[in-house]
Formats: sequence, C-alpha cells, structure tokens
Amino acid sequence: MNWQGWAEIALTLGLAVAIGWPLGSYMSRVWNGERTWLDPVLRPVEAVFYKACGVDPTKGQSWYGYAGALLAFNLVGFLVVYAVLRLQGVLPLNPQGFPGLSGHLSFNTAISFVTNTNWQSYAGETTMSTLSQMLVLTTQNFVSAATGATIAAALARAFVANRGEGVGNFWADLVRTTLYVLLPLSLVLAVVLAALGLPQTLVAGVTAHTLEGADQKIPLYAVASQEAIKMLGINGGGIFNANSAHPFENPTPLTNLVTAVSINVLGWAAFFAFGRSVLARKDIRALVVAGMVLLSAGAATIYVTETQSPPALVAAHVDASVNMEGKETRFGAPATAAWAAMTTGASNGSVNGMHSSLMPLGGGMAMFLMHLGEILPGGIGSGIAIMVVMAVLSVFVAGLMVGRTPEYLGKKIEAREVQLSILAVVAIPVSTLGFSAIAAVLPQALQGLMHAGPHGLSEILYAYTSATANNGSAFAGLTANAPWWDATLGVAMAMGRFMPIIAVLAMAGSLAAKPKLAPSAGTLPTDGGLFIGLLIGVILILGGLQFFPALALGPIVEHFQVLAAVAGLH
Amino acid sequence: MTTLETPMGQNAGEGRRKASALAGGLSTAILSRAAKDAFVKLDPRKLTGNPVIFATWIVALLSTVSAVAAVANHQAAGFAIQVAAWLWATVLFANLAESVAEGRGKAAADSLRATRVTTNAKLIIDDKTGTIVPTAAHKLVPGEVILVEAGDVIPTDGEIIEGMASVNEAAITGESAPVIRESGGDRSAVTGGTTVVSDWIKVRVTASPGGTFLDRMIAMVEGADRRKTPNEIALAVLLAGLTLIFLIAVVTLLGLGKFSGVALDPLVLGALFITLIPTTIGGLLSAVGIAGMDRLMKHNVLATSGRAVEAAGDVDTLLLDKTGTITFGNRMATEVIAAPGVRPEAALRAAVSASLADETPEGRSIVELGRNAGIVIEVPEGATSIAFSASTRQSGLDAGAMSWRKGAVDAVYRSLALDPKLVPAEVSAAVDRIARSGGTPLAVSENGVLVGVIHLKDVVKPNVKERFADLRRMGLRTVMITGDNPVTAAAIASEAGVDDFLAEATPEDKLRLIREEQGRGRLVAMCGDGANDAPALAQADVGVAMQTGAQAAREAGNMVDLDSDPTKVIEIVEVGKQMLITRGALTTFSIANDVAKYFAIIPAMFVVALPALGALNVMHLHSPQSAILSAVIFNALVIVALIPLALKGVKYRAIGAGKLLSRNLTVYGLGGLVAPFVGIKLIDLIVSGLGLA
Repeated sequence: MNWQGWAEIALTLGLAVAIGWPLGSYMSRVWNGERTWLDPVLRPVEAVFYKACGVDPTKGQSWYGYAGALLAFNLVGFLVVYAVLRLQGVLPLNPQGFPGLSGHLSFNTAISFVTNTNWQSYAGETTMSTLSQMLVLTTQNFVSAATGATIAAALARAFVANRGEGVGNFWADLVRTTLYVLLPLSLVLAVVLAALGLPQTLVAGVTAHTLEGADQKIPLYAVASQEAIKMLGINGGGIFNANSAHPFENPTPLTNLVTAVSINVLGWAAFFAFGRSVLARKDIRALVVAGMVLLSAGAATIYVTETQSPPALVAAHVDASVNMEGKETRFGAPATAAWAAMTTGASNGSVNGMHSSLMPLGGGMAMFLMHLGEILPGGIGSGIAIMVVMAVLSVFVAGLMVGRTPEYLGKKIEAREVQLSILAVVAIPVSTLGFSAIAAVLPQALQGLMHAGPHGLSEILYAYTSATANNGSAFAGLTANAPWWDATLGVAMAMGRFMPIIAVLAMAGSLAAKPKLAPSAGTLPTDGGLFIGLLIGVILILGGLQFFPALALGPIVEHFQVLAAVAGLH
Repeated sequence: MTTLETPMGQNAGEGRRKASALAGGLSTAILSRAAKDAFVKLDPRKLTGNPVIFATWIVALLSTVSAVAAVANHQAAGFAIQVAAWLWATVLFANLAESVAEGRGKAAADSLRATRVTTNAKLIIDDKTGTIVPTAAHKLVPGEVILVEAGDVIPTDGEIIEGMASVNEAAITGESAPVIRESGGDRSAVTGGTTVVSDWIKVRVTASPGGTFLDRMIAMVEGADRRKTPNEIALAVLLAGLTLIFLIAVVTLLGLGKFSGVALDPLVLGALFITLIPTTIGGLLSAVGIAGMDRLMKHNVLATSGRAVEAAGDVDTLLLDKTGTITFGNRMATEVIAAPGVRPEAALRAAVSASLADETPEGRSIVELGRNAGIVIEVPEGATSIAFSASTRQSGLDAGAMSWRKGAVDAVYRSLALDPKLVPAEVSAAVDRIARSGGTPLAVSENGVLVGVIHLKDVVKPNVKERFADLRRMGLRTVMITGDNPVTAAAIASEAGVDDFLAEATPEDKLRLIREEQGRGRLVAMCGDGANDAPALAQADVGVAMQTGAQAAREAGNMVDLDSDPTKVIEIVEVGKQMLITRGALTTFSIANDVAKYFAIIPAMFVVALPALGALNVMHLHSPQSAILSAVIFNALVIVALIPLALKGVKYRAIGAGKLLSRNLTVYGLGGLVAPFVGIKLIDLIVSGLGLA
C-alpha cells in the first residue's frame, strides 16, 4: 500500500461521481421531457420512432401497463437474440465463419444480454460473428441499459405525483434514454477511446508473424465503439474473453482510468437525475454519500487484501508485498482494486484482472458488493431504484422510532411498500443461495469446477451471485458453458432482473396513488448524517447479513487458512 | 359538561386518575392468569397470525422430536433436550408477553360485566295510564320506553324523553360526582349501567340487546375483535420477509456445508434459524399494540380500534375547541377602569355592588376580582336585584337610594341618556382597547353616573402555550375553533400560541376544514360533544367524543373520553406516538441482535470441520455447544426482559424527529448491536460453569 495507490483509487471513484452529477441534471431533463440542447437534432428522430411504432408518448401508463410494455419488449428482445445466435452460421456478416450457438448457450446469452448482465459463458473472439456482436448484442447493450433507466424514471414520477394515476410512458422513457443519453455519450466515448488507441475496424483480423516464425491470427473488431457502450451501459460484456484486461480493450493506464470512471458515471448520474426529478436533491445526495461510503470501503478492502502476502510468494522467498497474480502489470493493485469494486458495485461485470486470483477477502468483497443488490451505484436507474427500496426499508424500520407512520420523500410507507421492498430484495438471496446450494451437491454441476474446498465454493457462489445481481463478471475457474450452468444461470439472471423490476414498478404504482405529504417537524429527516449511517446499517444488515454463513464457508475461511499458512511459513 | 360540582378549571389538571374499572394495575391475579394463558396459546392454531413465533413453534417441535429420538437411541441427548426446552420457552415467553398485556383488559372487562343490570327494567307499555311491566334488561328493544327512578340502575342505553335526573356514572367513567341528564339537547343521552341518584326520567331505548355502550366497552377493553392495525400489518410483512430470507440462508447451508465437508446437525441449523429470525419483536408485537390501547384506558379513553390509536400518532393537525380546551370557557373580569374623577377603588366597589346578585360566572368573577382587592360587600338588607334582560341588556342592584348597573356599553349609555360622543375620552379609549384585545367591555354606573368600565376576558388556561409549543415540536399544527368573532379569536389565538384559528365557526365550517386538511394529505384529530359535531367527528381521522356528550357524537367518534376532558386529545396523540416508537425500537433492537448471534453460532457450527473459522469466535465462547445454547437462551430471555418495555412503552419526548431518532437509534440500534455480545458471553460463562454444555 502507498499513497499513490490510495490517491489513484480516490481519483477513479471520485471522478465518476463528479462527472455523474452534471450528467444527472441532463438525464433528469430527458426523463421529464424538458428541453435539452440536443432537441433540434433528436426531436424529429424521436418522433419517427413513435410514429413507426404507433405510440403516443404523452399517454401515461398505469404501473402494470408500464410493466407489461417493459416485459413484452424484453421478451421480444430475448427471442430475437436467441434466434440470431442459433442461426449465426447461415446469417451474413460472419467473416470468421463461426457456426450457430448451442441451444443452452443461446438461451443463456440471450437472457444475459437482455437483462443487462452480459454474463458470457463463451469467449467472444472465437464464438461471435460480427453480425451477432454488432446487431443483436450491441443493440441489447443499449436497450437493456435504457430498460433499467426506465424504472427509475417511473419511480421518480410516483414520488412526485399527488394522488396520481400513471407512472409515465415506457416507450417514451426507453426511446428518450437511448436516444438522448446513451447514444450521444457512447459516440463521444468511442471517439475518445479510439483516439487513445483502441481498434475500431470491420476487418476480421490481421495475421502476425511471430518471432518463432509462426503465423498468429489476431482478431479485430470495432472495439472502441463496443467498449464505450459496454462501460456506459453498465453491460460489461467484452469482445475479448480477457475483457478489459485485454490490450485491445484497455491498452494503457489512461484508457483504464477513462473506462473505469465510465463504469460508474451513468449509475451515479441516475442517482442525481432521480434527485432532481423528485425535487429532493438533498435526500438523494444522502443516498449517494451512503453508496460512496460503502463502495470506497469495498475498494479499500480489496486494495488492502491485495497487498497481503500470498503464501505461495512467501514460500518462494520472492517479493510478497503485493499479490500480482491475475493482474496486469500496466495497471497494478490499486487500479485493479478500484475496478473490482466499481464493476461489482455497479452491476457492470467487466474486469481488468482475474477476480479468482484476488486474495480470498478481496474476492469475497467483490461478491459481497454484488450481494448488496447492485446499488453502488448499480445499473443506470436500476441501481437508484433499489437504493430507494433500501431507503424505504430503513425509513420503515427506524422511522417508527420517531412516532409516526414512516414517510419517504413525502409518501407514506405502508404494508404494500414493505411487501414490495421485500420482493425487490429477496431475489438475490433466493436465487444466489438456492442455486448455489443445489449446485454444490450436484455432480453435473461440480464437473465444471476447477477447485475443491472453499475456493471451489467461491466459484459457485460467485457465478450465481454475478448472474442474479445482473453483474456478469466471472470468477474464472468455472467452465460454465454446460447445460446445467447455462440453464440455471439464465434463470438466475431473469429472476434477478425481473423480480425487482416488477416490484419497483408495482411500488411506483402504489406510491403514485398516495397523496404527497408536506414534511413537518415530526417527519424523519432523510438527508442528514444520521440517516446515512442508518441506511448503511440497513444495507449491511438486511442486504448483506444473510450471506454471512455462505461467505464464511467460502472466502472467509479461505482467508483464515491463508493467514495460517503464511504464519506457518514464517 | 354539567357535573354538579365542577370547580372551575378542574380539567386543566393532567393525568387525573380515577377509580374507574379501567384504571387497575397489574395484580398477581392478572399475572397468574397470564401465565396460564401463555400455555393455552401454545395451540398452533392461535399462532398462525404470527409467522415468526409460528416458525419457532415448528422448530421447537422438530427439536423435541430429535431430542426424543436421541434418548430412544441411547445417544447423548442433554444438548438436544436443552435446546428444545429453550425453544419452547421462547414461544412461551412470547405468549406470556401477549397474555400479560391482555390481562389488565380482561380484568377490567370482568369488573365492567359485573355492573351489567340483572334486575328488571320498568317498561312502560301504556304511556297514558303509565302502566309498567317489569321486563328483563336484555329483552328491551330500541323504541321502547322505560321509567327509571331514584336508586334504579339504568338498564340500557337510551335517550331521555321526559324528566330530568342526576345520574351517577361512576360505573363507566369512575367519576363519582353525579351529572345532570335531562330531556332535549345534548344532555339527553343515558348509558346503561349508570345509576339514577335523584328524581326520575322516562327513557326511550336506543340500543339493541348486546349493542349497548357497556357491551361495546367490554368488547373493546377485552380486545375481543382486535384486528391488526395497518402499521402492525406492514411490520408483520417485514418480519415474515426476514423470516423467509433467513430460512433460505439456513436451509441452503445444508448443500453448501456438504460441499465444504461440514457435517451439520439439523438441531444446530434450527437453533441458528430461530436466533436469526426476529423473535424479539415477533414475540412482543401484539403486546405492544394491546399495551397501547391499555395506556389509553389508563387515561380513561376508550378507542374503538387499535387503528385509531395508531392514527393518533400520525396526526398532523389538531382541531381544538377554544372553550374548555384553550380557555376556561367563561369570560372573567380582569380589571375595572375608573372613569375620570372616580377613584379606582370606588369604581371597583360599584362594579362589585352591581354584580352581587349576579349568579352568572361573569358576575361571580367580578365579585371575585373585588375580593382579591380586599373589597368584600354583603348584599344590603332589602336590596332588590335587577335581572339581566334581553331588552335592557344590563343587570344590577337597587338598595334604598342607591342603585348600581352594569351591562353592555351602548345599553348603559342609552339608559343613562349619554351621548357616546360626550363620554370622557379615557372611557372611550378603554372600551376600544378592551374590544380590540378580544375582551368584552361592560360599563358600570352608580346612581345614574358612569363610574367605569369592566374588562371581561376569556382567560387562557395556564400551561397551554407550553403544550402547544411541544405539539409544534412534535410536528403538529393546532387550529383553534371558536364561535367568537375574528378579532376576539385572533387575540386568544396569539395569546395561547395556536398555529391557526377558525372564527365564527359553524359545524359545517369544521367539517369543511377537516376535509381541506385531509385533502392536503394531513391527518386530523378533533374532539367534540354536541350532536352537531357528529359529522366532523366521523370525518376526522381521530375523533374523540366526550362521554357526557350527545349519543350521536359518541357513535361518530372512534374514541370516547370518559372524563370528558377536551385537552385529553393531546395525551391521545402522545400515546399513539409512543406505541409506534416502541414497535420501531424493538424491531431495530431485534434486527441489530443478529450480528452477535452470527458470531456466536457460525464459528460453532463450522469450527470442527474448518478449524480456521475459530478466528470468528470473537467472544471466546467455551465450546460449540455452549455457544449455540447461549445464543438460544439469550434469544429467549431477551423477550422476557423486554416485556416491561413493551408494556410501558418507550418514553416519548417532544424534541423533534431528528433528535428523537438519534436518541432511539443510539439506545436501541447500538444497544441492540452490543447487548447480545455481552449477554451471550455471560450466559456462556454460566452454561459452561454449570457444566450444561
């Protein structure tokens, strides 16, 4: 550990919030349908979409109308991706000549990209044709991110409404978020990344003559543009198997900083946008602070553990001051620690180092940040929505202690909200622990495992955690492209995505119908340090504590074993 | 309020305790009945409404089975028997909490039942001849007319159609001073179970058999049809959700443990599950609600539902009638201003003399004012009193050659043939000042000469200003309702420190105001006693009807104040808040407890197979078995330890939401985090010291 390392982590985490702040104002204007400076160019384009689809964007939908549209859109998206992947071999734009994908891999991948998870049970460069990458996967990179944003927009409207009926129009939110936020920003970032040296080409690849005289085929893609939406859309699915550790995706420390910041920037922007839209900037800033505290603690933990002495290095009598296994030398431990925290806190799932090679507690922390529900800052919109759910639970538990029926942002929190909050957060423990427990005793599941013992358990836990939390990062070591894993991880991704979405939209419907209350001296303040502390406590206890037994059997016991092993060597 | 002996300002006193059926304490009889009830409640059908305790019941049963199996197989069963016993104890303690809470209500219900009439009622079957047929009270139906004479217990609820009587209502209210009940107006309702002390009345029965006020009261105090309140339901949902989450966390350990080579005893998994789920609040939840109703009963207030009590805690706006709540209700003389050339003392003497025969509260207050200044005048021999009349609008006294008058300023001027323009400027100024301040000026004359002006004032009760300041800190707006003109109303409102007022208010205005406030998303509480208050009482979220009030009002409100004290609504709000705070505090405590329990049980479960996890045994508990047993024992005992808090309630302080939260969060959040570490360690020392595990 050194101060440069800490400064690097602080800079990376801090820049994301600093840039997210102004972007949030813009995003809020987009959600609210206010004027933006892109209007002259994009209004006509937007109108074309509505006209083509026969949608009236001004017509409000009830929460179930909204949810129905969302689910229908995602179902169609799933079917299209599935069909294209199956038929890849006979479709055009396949210069590499890749065959169609197996049924289970297509199922898994389609769900993965529709749910913004981007879990990849395959190596992109040896599986996906240019058409598959560009047409269906990239499309989903945009629209799945926008889908997540729509639920925050709907929830924000619910908090503003006073005995309202609708929660907005799904189609308008989807089109506007994609058109006004994701496309322009991706364009800018793609140009920046291309300028910083990322390839951007439709050429299938180049052949290099190696020093040994062999020919090496090096695949190429439109990497810069893919990379831009992979980060901004909090997708995380890389073109290359090595993801952001690959020199074409992330060649230099500077690209590493730019891409790492862009993992979290729109997640935080959605927080600020939510605050502006519900006219409660201060309250939402408190949520940002709580999120930053937890995320920073996560990054710090990983950085500290990565500078522990790994027993193998101690035994080999070499420099054991930092664990460089699975890390890129051009990035080092701090950059990997910051990235690992940001990608797991944000449901992104890209990696610039191998999480399986993190020290046990570091890997455990990456898992734990996902267990918390992808709220630090989570996906665009989906993160703030679940953070608000956490705030609702905090207000409910502690709010009673001020002697009133709890309120949050002027809305009473009653049985239905509590019920839906539970529904929104229960998916992660049910799916993660449930599937892990079954896989842990199922022979066909265990075949894909590289390790036995605690590290093997971590591989299982990590896979289901990543899938359910719609993160998509992998704890290398698990060979997941097998029917059991593809199928169950697919189901986990769908549960982790749609249970919270439906719960949040139902809550939006319930909240919208309630009267908007003015705060009084008796109202629990939700913008101060006290509430931040309370929220952090609730997130840790209600969101994280149930994973403690499972983590104890995985990373925690491994940690103590490592400590004991190092002590034994000295 | 027409109690016969109402000393002025009596109802300003707070927390008056009376010997009513509702105000009993916790006796050993109640406790022993509660202990018995705790076992009766072990019937699983009675537990289905409480998922947390129901889950505990199931695990207790399963662990009993495993203990019995161990004994049957001649295995070491000591640990299993102890765990099972403590799990049953957990359920029993939760039941005990509930039955203790119910105990006082049941005792109160029993004593109320004893007042039900068993003697025959005097049913009038022919009004002309007055023929009376003795009829059993429970056979009376609405519309029938009965005669009740001195010494009789009124058999059922009804309305006086003829006569007037003084009635002792102690059986209901605990107030032994009899009240006057008469036909017509708002004082015509009588309650079954009360006793006519003097005179006689004819009463038309209004209540169906079994539907009398007394019957409803018994049902209420007994909690016969206790339903969960909205907040309780929300909390129960949260607790059920947590139970589900921890069930998953524990059950999945079977698979995860097998992978890790850990042999897991189902008994230990059961113990982990029970200690993690929120048994503390789950066990105490219903007790808190019952105790809240109970605390209201101690204030002599009956709530028709727990929902109403809970709504009281949420009230944003309090509508208070000026008269009786904010002011004493009678205008009182506060000063006499002498006319130019008249000695102040002479003016005061004249005012007193003019009031000697005046028995109205205003008149008596003038005599009182004189007495305080040392002026005591006896009524002269042969004096004639001149009564107030609507045409003269003055009253006074004639004694020999002397005559004194006091009355409305313009009326006195007219009778003295004074041109208002020629009245001394000092007098005119005093009259204006008094009127502007919301008071009433009365002119006083002696022998046909204007001698001064009396200032009659609506006197604000002491301490109300402080109470309203408290309410403001609690986040409540107070609105004063008065029939006075806006000038008078504004003056009193500012003196009393209310936030707003409604002057020249009609019952319709009240109703409109309530609807407006509710339209802005605010909850409104009010109290009232007249029949014309009934719509507003029904519309308000918390409507407190006075027991002495009209029948319609008592039916419209969701609470009845047996003391008929309009300031009571403030205490009701506090009780409501206290109930919510207690629930929140216990929930926070319960959830915070989990951290320590993990550190007790997780290392104990895994340490044999994975010795490295011994590092998590931060409490250095003696052995895996003692650790698990200690956690289970702590979990059971903490319920018992918190029963008094659940019944008494967490103290409510009007210090603003932020401060209140930080205080309670420190005590119950931080306390909940730390307490079990200490508690489990101590129990572990005892358990290992006794060689129990």
